[in-house]
Amino acid sequence: MSLAKPIATTREVTGIPTGRLAVWWVIASEIVIFGGLVTCYLLMRLNNVSWGDEASHTSTAAGATNTFVLLTSSLFIVLAHAAAEKKDTEKAFKFIWYTIGMGLVFLLVKSYEYTTEISHGYTIFKSVFWSFYYTATGLHALHVIGGMVIMGIISMDVKKGKELQRVELIGLYWHFVDIVWIFLFPLLYIAK
Amino acid sequence: MTAESHGHTNYVKIWGILLFLLVVSVVGPMLEIPVLTLITAFGIAIVKALMVAAYFMHLNIEKRYVWYMLISGLVALLVLFVGLSSDIMTDTGKNWEDCIATSSCVEQRL
Repeated sequence: MSLAKPIATTREVTGIPTGRLAVWWVIASEIVIFGGLVTCYLLMRLNNVSWGDEASHTSTAAGATNTFVLLTSSLFIVLAHAAAEKKDTEKAFKFIWYTIGMGLVFLLVKSYEYTTEISHGYTIFKSVFWSFYYTATGLHALHVIGGMVIMGIISMDVKKGKELQRVELIGLYWHFVDIVWIFLFPLLYIAK
Repeated sequence: MTAESHGHTNYVKIWGILLFLLVVSVVGPMLEIPVLTLITAFGIAIVKALMVAAYFMHLNIEKRYVWYMLISGLVALLVLFVGLSSDIMTDTGKNWEDCIATSSCVEQRL
């Protein structure tokens, strides 16, 4: 089997490198996935004012902390991208791992939140609000974990100075995950 | 995206603005004025998302083709919203029962 790059990765029709175009397609489809969830949540919530009482049990402080963490992680990955473009592999590697670290902090805060909520009886089966809450934040957390794993793999190549364009690609994905959280935060933690 | 194309963006400054907006979005709703909550929580969320997309994802200098892709996703959402809202938001018409008024489905809808 040939180890040469597939031809699709070395040509471009739209003027956008194929890898980046592919990530934009992923993001476009993710808009529909998360957007569909948020749309249904909004419709249900507008029709059920009492959901505000359920939302009052989520921790605004934890949500705000995680927003801070993800915004900071977005800064780190864009700095990794800038470093990769300057071929500064050491700096790019360092910032990728700072981003992974922030992802870990996000998950730890989320785990603490889940533990507190579940121990107080707010489980996924308690009500439709909590079903939405766990589905949306759980799906988002899975995306965070996926991003961290991919970043870890990419960082190994970056260290060797190979495939530096992938830093931008994982950065696009990570920023999107950040944007999803930016919308989940007011929906689940602020509107009470 | 080449280094030259977005070499002048001050990422730390953008991050600082995003954090300031985060503080406003948390403090604003504490005043418990519904309109202010809408503006500070949801309005600012849109501004923050646009800033991340424009400056961190470099959408401000990305080719128009990408915008069309993303907008097509948003249009699909709008169709979903309009299509579902007529069903979810209405409780009148044939075979409809106003279960909120009769309190027969409050538990179920919580």
